[in-house]
Amino acid sequence: MLKEELIKRIVENVLQGRRNKDDEGIEEDYAGKAGVAELVQEALDNGIDTNTILLEGLSKGMEQVGEKYETGEYFIPDMLTAAEAVEAGMKVMEPHLASAGESEGKGKVIMATVEKDLHDIGKNLVSIMLKGAGFNVVDLGIDVPAARIVEAAEQEKADLVGLSALLNTTMVNMENVVKELEKKGLRDKVKVIIGGAPTSDDFAAEIGADGYGKDAFAAIRVAEKLLQSGGKS
Amino acid sequence: MSERGVVVSKPYERLSQEQVELVHQTSLDLLETPGILCYNEEAVALLEKAGATAKKTREGEHDAWWVSIPEKVVQKALDSAPTKVTLGARKPENQVVMDAEGSRVYFGTGSETNYWLEVEPETFVSKQDGREQVFPVMKKNRGSLEYLCRSAHLAEQLENLDFFLRNVNVQDSDISGENKDVNVFFAALNYTTKPIVSGVADPEQLENVVAMAEIITGGREQLIKNPIVTFITSVIKSPLQIVDETADKLMAISKLGLPVIISTSPQGGSTAPIEEFGMAAQVNAETLAGIVINQLTNPGAPVIYGAVPVRARMDDLHDMYGVPEFCHYNMICAQMARYYKVPCYSTAGVGDAKVPGVQAAVEKMFTYTAVPSSAPDLIHYAFGLLDKTQTFSPEQAVLENHQIAMVKSLYRESGVEAGEAGRIKSMIEEVMNSPYRLYARFARKMLRRGEIFPGFPFEGDLEEEDQTLLAAHDKLKELEKQQPEHLSEDICKRIFEQIPGLLPRLNPYAK
Ligand code: B12
Repeated sequence: MLKEELIKRIVENVLQGRRNKDDEGIEEDYAGKAGVAELVQEALDNGIDTNTILLEGLSKGMEQVGEKYETGEYFIPDMLTAAEAVEAGMKVMEPHLASAGESEGKGKVIMATVEKDLHDIGKNLVSIMLKGAGFNVVDLGIDVPAARIVEAAEQEKADLVGLSALLNTTMVNMENVVKELEKKGLRDKVKVIIGGAPTSDDFAAEIGADGYGKDAFAAIRVAEKLLQSGGKS
Repeated sequence: MSERGVVVSKPYERLSQEQVELVHQTSLDLLETPGILCYNEEAVALLEKAGATAKKTREGEHDAWWVSIPEKVVQKALDSAPTKVTLGARKPENQVVMDAEGSRVYFGTGSETNYWLEVEPETFVSKQDGREQVFPVMKKNRGSLEYLCRSAHLAEQLENLDFFLRNVNVQDSDISGENKDVNVFFAALNYTTKPIVSGVADPEQLENVVAMAEIITGGREQLIKNPIVTFITSVIKSPLQIVDETADKLMAISKLGLPVIISTSPQGGSTAPIEEFGMAAQVNAETLAGIVINQLTNPGAPVIYGAVPVRARMDDLHDMYGVPEFCHYNMICAQMARYYKVPCYSTAGVGDAKVPGVQAAVEKMFTYTAVPSSAPDLIHYAFGLLDKTQTFSPEQAVLENHQIAMVKSLYRESGVEAGEAGRIKSMIEEVMNSPYRLYARFARKMLRRGEIFPGFPFEGDLEEEDQTLLAAHDKLKELEKQQPEHLSEDICKRIFEQIPGLLPRLNPYAK
C-alpha cells in the first residue's frame, strides 16, 4: 500500500475510534478491517518513520476529532474512543521510539486520584485524552498516597504530575504531594497540575501547584503550556 | 405508514377492565335516565326514529326535549363508527393516520386564544452594580389574521407538531361573523401543509369552506380520500345538553362524510362532578350522545371521541389544566375511547400560568408526561397555550416542541429483547476487562442513530441568568425566516374567484 494511503487510513481509523481490527467504527462496515494498531505496524514495516506516523497520522486524526467536537458533530464518547485508538497506535510505536532514541511523545505524566478519594471518571477522561494528545501517561489509579505518587514520579522520570480530587475532604491531600516533591528535591523537575470539582485556580496557587484544569481539554492545554516553557529536558 | 407522532409502548391503564365496564354502564344508565336535554328538533326526530323516547319541555325561551337513549341505540352507533380515521394534509406524508386499536399519539395546537404574547429582548442596567443584562419583555396583543398566518407557518416548521388546530382568534376590524370561517381556513391552508382542524362559526359558511378544500384537493371524492380539513363541533353543553345550532352543524358535517370531532368540555366541580368516576361517566355519556347523532345521520362517517374534561379552579371557577385531576380525567377518557375502538382526541400542555417561565414549564411538562402515557390518538391544546388557553406564545410553542420531543422518546420501546442479550453480555465483559472500564465507546452507535436525547436545548451558558426564553426567541426568529409553502398561484386564483368573503390581503400572489 502507498505511504499516503496508509497514513490516510490511520487518520480515518482514529476518527472512527478503532484501536484494532475487532473494533466497531462509528459507521458500519468496518468489522474485520485493519484498525490503528495494525495500520501503524504496517506503516513501520513499510519504513515510514515514527515522526510521520505520529504527526501526519495519529495527531492529525486527533486534531480532526477535536475540530468535529468543536462543531458539535462529535461528542465525548467519540473523543475518548479516538484517544484510545491513538493510544493503541502509540503502543505499537513505543519500542521504535525508544530504539530511535527519540523522546517519549510530548512528555511523561503521572496521573492519580489522591488518597482517600475513589472518584475516577474525570481522572480517566483526563488520562485518556492526554494519551490521545501524545503524552506518555502512567495512571496510578485511585486512593493513591502522596508518597507513592512521588516515588512513581522519581522512578518514571516524570515531567508532570496530574492530581484529581472530587471531595473537599481529600483535596487537601494534593498539597501533601507538592510538599513531598519538595522534600525529595524533585519539585523543580516535576510540574504539578490539579483538577476535580472542588478545586480551582486559586486553590492550585494556594498549595503551590503549577496549574489547574477545569476539564480534559484544559488539562491538555495546561500540560502543553507547562512542558513547553521549560521543565522538560 | 405515517412516521409522524409517536407509538406509545404499552399504554398506561388507569382503570381495570371491570372499572372501564362500570364507567360504560353508568354512562348508558345516564343516557336513559335522566337522559339528555336536547334543544335541536331535527336531532330529536333522528333519535326517536332510532328508538329513543323524547318528552317535550320548555327551558326559558326555548323548546327542549328530554331524550332517553336506550343502550341498543348507543351500541349500534359504536358498531358503525370506524376504528381508523385519517386527517388529510396538503402533503400526503403529513397525514395523521389514527387507529383506535393502535397506540400512536399525535400532537397539535388548539384553542382560539384572544391574545398573542409578543416577547422582546430589552437591556437593563442593574442599580446595584451598573451591570447590563438582557431580559425578555412581554406584551399581550389581540389575536389577528396575521398572527394566525404566523402560527400556521410556525406549525409547519415545528417537527413535533402533527396537526394545526386554529390557535388564535382573529379579531381584525374587517373580519365579521360571515367571513371569519373562510378566512381562517384559507390562512391555515395557505401556511401549512399539515392537517387543518377548526370549528365553523357560521353554519352557512360550511359550504364555502368545503368548496375551498375541494379546489385544493381536486374535487369532493379526493377530499373525502384526503380530508385536508377536519371539523370540531362542541355539540354538548355540560351537563348533558345538546346545543341547537351546533347540532345542525354536526349533522351537516356528518352528511358530508368529513371527519368530525365530537367535543365536550365539562369542568369538574362546576358543570360535572369533580370526582373521577362522576366526571368519567358524564363526559363519556356526552361524547357517546354526539357519536350517536353523527352515526344516525351518516352510518360509518369518520368521527373522533373528543372528550375534553377539565377541572375547575376552586378560587374562581376558571378552567384548571396543570393539575393531577386533569390528567386522571383525560387518561380515563383515552381508555374509554380505546374500549369503544373510536379514535380519541385528548388534551395536554396547557399552562395555567400567564407567561412562559418556571410555573408554565412545570404545568406543561406535567400533563405532557402524564396524558400521552395512556395513548390517546390526538393531543390538542399543545404548543404555546398559556393563561388557561387565553394566550398563545410562539416562543412557548418553540420550547414545547422540544418538551414533546422528550415525551416522545420517553414512551418508545425499551429494546429489551432476547436477540440482544448476547451483545449486551459480551459488551459488559469486554469493558470489565479494559483498563478504564468505560462504556463510552459503545454509546456511539445509539448517539449516531439519534436515540440518545440531547437534552433540553435552551439553557444558555451564563451562570447567573435564565436565558431560556431569549434562546427560544432567537430560535423563533430563525424559523420565521423560512419561506412559507403557499398554495399554488393557480389554486389561489381559483379560490379567490370562487369563494366569497376572502380578504384580498391574504392572497400571496396579489400585487
Ligand atoms: C460519580 C460520583 C461518585 C461515584 C464515583 C464513581 C467513579 N468511578 O468515579 C461514587 C458513587 C463511587 C461516589 C462516591 C462518593 N461520593 Co461522589 N460523586 C460522583 C459525582 C456524581 C460525579 C463525579 C464525576 O464522575 N463527574 C464526571 C467527571 C467527568 O467530571 P469530574 O470528575 O469533575 O472531572 C472533570 C474535571 O473536574 C477535570 N478533572 C478531574 N480530575 C482532573 C485532574 C486534572 C489533573 C485536571 C487538569 C483536570 C481534572 O476534568 C474532568 C473531565 O472533564 C459527583 C457530583 C459532581 N457534580 O461532581 C459526586 C460527588 C463528588 N461525590 C460526593 C460524595 C459526598 C461522595 C461520597 C462521600 C458519598 C457517600 N456518602 O458515600 C462517596 C465518597 C467516596 C470516596 N471516598 O471517594 C460529593 C462531594 C462533596 C464534597 N464533600 O466535596 C459530590 C460533589 C456529590 C454531592 N454534590 O454531594 N461518587
